[in-house]
Amino acid sequence: MHHVVLERWSRGASALHRRDPRAKLGALVVFLVVAATAHRALPALAAALLALLSAAVISAGIPLAGALGRAALVLPFTAVFGGACWLAGDPARGLALVLKSYLSALAVLLVVSTTSLPALLRGLETAGAPRYLLMVAQFLYRYLFVISEEAQHMSKAAASRGATFRGLAARARFRGAAGALAVLFARSYGRAEDIHRAMLARGFPGHFRTLDTLHFGRGDAVFLALASFAPVVARAAVERFARWPA
Amino acid sequence: MARLIDVRNLRFRYEDGAAALNGVDFRLEEGEAVALFGANGSGKTTFVMHLNGLLAGEGSVEVCGLAVDRQTIPAIRRKIGLVFQDSESQLFMPTVLEDVAFGPLNLGMSSEQAAARAHAALATVGMAAAASRAPYHLSAGEKKRVAIAGILAMDPEILVLDEPTTFLDPPGQRALAGLLADLPQAKILVTHNIPFALATCNRAVFFQGGVIAAEGSVEEMVSRFGWDFTPDPSKLNRRQRA
Amino acid sequence: MHIPDGFLATPVWATLDVAAAPAVGYIVRRAQRGFDEARVPLLGVMGAFVFAAQTINFPVGIGTSGHLVGGALLACALGPAAAGVAMCAILAIQALVFQDGGVLALGANIVNMAILGVFAGYLPFHLWGGGRWRRPAIFAAGTLSVLVSALAALAELLISGVKMPSAVLGMTLALFLVSAVLEGAITLAVIEALEAIQPGFIGKPAAGRPLARRAAGLAAVLLAAIGVWFASTAPDGVQKLAQKAGISQAAAFFWTPLAGYQAAFAGSLWLRKAIAGLAGLALIYGVCLWIGRATRARSV
Repeated sequence: MHHVVLERWSRGASALHRRDPRAKLGALVVFLVVAATAHRALPALAAALLALLSAAVISAGIPLAGALGRAALVLPFTAVFGGACWLAGDPARGLALVLKSYLSALAVLLVVSTTSLPALLRGLETAGAPRYLLMVAQFLYRYLFVISEEAQHMSKAAASRGATFRGLAARARFRGAAGALAVLFARSYGRAEDIHRAMLARGFPGHFRTLDTLHFGRGDAVFLALASFAPVVARAAVERFARWPA
Repeated sequence: MARLIDVRNLRFRYEDGAAALNGVDFRLEEGEAVALFGANGSGKTTFVMHLNGLLAGEGSVEVCGLAVDRQTIPAIRRKIGLVFQDSESQLFMPTVLEDVAFGPLNLGMSSEQAAARAHAALATVGMAAAASRAPYHLSAGEKKRVAIAGILAMDPEILVLDEPTTFLDPPGQRALAGLLADLPQAKILVTHNIPFALATCNRAVFFQGGVIAAEGSVEEMVSRFGWDFTPDPSKLNRRQRA
Repeated sequence: MHIPDGFLATPVWATLDVAAAPAVGYIVRRAQRGFDEARVPLLGVMGAFVFAAQTINFPVGIGTSGHLVGGALLACALGPAAAGVAMCAILAIQALVFQDGGVLALGANIVNMAILGVFAGYLPFHLWGGGRWRRPAIFAAGTLSVLVSALAALAELLISGVKMPSAVLGMTLALFLVSAVLEGAITLAVIEALEAIQPGFIGKPAAGRPLARRAAGLAAVLLAAIGVWFASTAPDGVQKLAQKAGISQAAAFFWTPLAGYQAAFAGSLWLRKAIAGLAGLALIYGVCLWIGRATRARSV
C-alpha cells in the first residue's frame, strides 16, 4: 500500500531525512508556489524542476523510479482535465495542468518520504496550524492501518458470501455493503471509546502534552535557504534564457 | 504487609439495566499476584474498571488508603496501572517512545524527564531498541510489552492486566510470564489461561454472577470449578484416525 | 473531487487558503467546546473509518461501483463541527500522504468538502431529520453534500481558466449528479443498517427555534439556487463571471502592493518576480496565521 511504502522510505537516514520538518515544509511551499505561478517556457522549466527533485530523491536514498511512479498517481485525474482543455482548443493549458500537478505531487512525495508523518504534523503545529486538527490527523493516521485492515477482512467476508449471486442481486449486494459499513462504523466508534478509556487510565487531563522533539539548527536554516533558492533560480534562469516562449 | 486494595460490597448496573456486579468484596495485599477467573460476562472486567474510577458503582473502593472519588482519581490513576486487553487501543501515540511518555507527561513531568522515564521503562521490558518505531508494526508480544512499559513509566504500585495473553503465541506467553515475575508490583490478572495463572499468581478468586463465589490457590479454584480444558485422548485419537 | 496543485489560478487558491483559515479555526473551536481534547480519538478514528470505508464498493449497475464520501454520514453522526474537523484531517492526510489533492489547493478542498460539503450535508438532517421526513432528509443530506462540494470545485476550476468543451462539461455535471445520488443512497442505507444494530445510535436533531430553522432553510434554498443557476448557465455564465470578476484584475490587485519594490531591482526581471512571489507568500502566511491567532484569542 502507498502509505506503507512512504513510511518505510521515511525511516531512512540521509541528510535530507535529518532536516527539521519545518525547513522541509518551508522549502516545499516555495517550490509549489514557483511551480503554480509559472506560465512561460513551461516544458523547459518542468525539465529543470524535475531534475532538481530527482537529484533530491537520489540523494535521500529513495528509489527514483519508485518515487516517479508513485507521483504519477495524480496523472489519471489530471490527464482527464488536460484532455478536456486540449479538446476545448487550449492544448498549452492542458499540458501545463499535467506538468504542474505532477511536479507538485512529486515534491510533496519527496517531503513525506523523508519525514515521518508525526514529525511533519508537529512541524505544522509550530508553524501555526491548529493543534486540535493536527492531533485528530495524528490519530487518523495511527488508526488508518488498524481500521483499513478490519475493512479488508469485512469486504473479504462479504465477497465470500456474495460471490454466489454476483450480477443477479445488485440490490442485495448494496444492502450487504451498507451493513458491512455499519458494522465497521460501530466497531470504530467502540474502538474510539476504548482508546479514550486507555487515555484516562494513564491520567489524561483533558489536553495532550507531547515530547519536544524538534530542533531547528543552523544546518536547517542553511538547507531552507538553499532549497528555497534552487527552484526560484531555476525558474528565473529558464525564463531568461529559454528560446521558446510558451 | 500493607493493604493496597480494599473493596466492600461493590454493586454496579449498566445503563441498559443489566446488573454486572452484585456485591463484590475483594482485598489485595502488598506483594500479592491474584488471578481473576470466571466465565465471560461474570463481571471481571467491569470490576477492574472500578479500581481506577473508569466506572463508579455503589459500595466502597479504597486504593492505597484512598477512597476512589472525583478528587482522588488523579492520585489513584498513578498508583494503579491498567493494561487493557487490546494493545492496539492502548498504544495510541504515533511512536513507541511518545506512547510510553504519555503517562509521565500527564503527571506534569518536563519533556526531558518524561523521555528519560520512558526510556527506562522500555529497558525494563526489553524494548529499548524499539523506541522510535510505530506501534502498529510491532508483534503482539512486543505491543504488550510496550503497553506494560507505558504503565511502568508512571511508577505504579499495582498492575492490573486484562486478558494479557489473548493475542500471544505460547513463547510470547512464556516471555510475558517471565517479565511479570520479575516486576515487584502487586498484580491482578484477569485471565482464562490456567498455565499462565499458575506461573504468575499466588492466589485466585472466582467470579460468578457478579460476585466473588470463592477464593483460594490457583490449583484449588481450577479443580473446584472444573476451570480447565484437557482434550480427551481417546477422542483425539479417533479424530486423527479418521 | 480533490483539486491537485497546479489547477487553480494563484488568486483563487490564495483566496481560498486565506478564507479556509478562519473557517477551520471556527469549526475547531466549536468541535472542542465542552470536550477540550477528549474527543480527539473519536474524530481521528472516525476519520480513519471514512478512509477505510472507501475501499468497500457499492454496486451501481452496468458493472461499475462507487463508494462512500462520508461528509454527510459524519455530520449526522457527530454533528457538523466535529464532522468538519474530521474531514479537514482526512483532506490533510490525503494531500500529504496519498498525493490526493494539492497542498496549496488544500484551502480550496477544505472549503469545498469540509466546510460547504459538511454544512450542506447537515442542513437537511438538522431541519427534517427528527420527524416523519427522516429518510428523505438523510438521503438529501448525502446528495446535497456531494453535489455542493463538486459544484464548488468545478466553479473554482472554471474560474481559474481550466477549459472544457460543453459536451465534456455536461458529462461532468451528469457524473456529479449520479455520484451525489449514490452518496445519498449509501448514507441512508448505512444509517438504517446502523440503527438496526444499535437503535438510537444516530440521534434525532431537536426541533430548532423557528428563527434558526427559517434562516437555515433560507441558506439551503440559496445553496440549491446557486447550484441550479450554475448548472444551467455554465460554461458561458462562468466564463462571463470570470471576465466580469476579472481574473487579470484580481491578479493585478494581488501583486500591486509589491509593485513599488520593483524599482529597486530595475532591469532584473526574474529577481523582481522571485522576490514579489516570496513576499506574496509571506503575506498569505501572515494573514492566515493572524486570523488563526485572532479567532483563537477571542475564544479564550
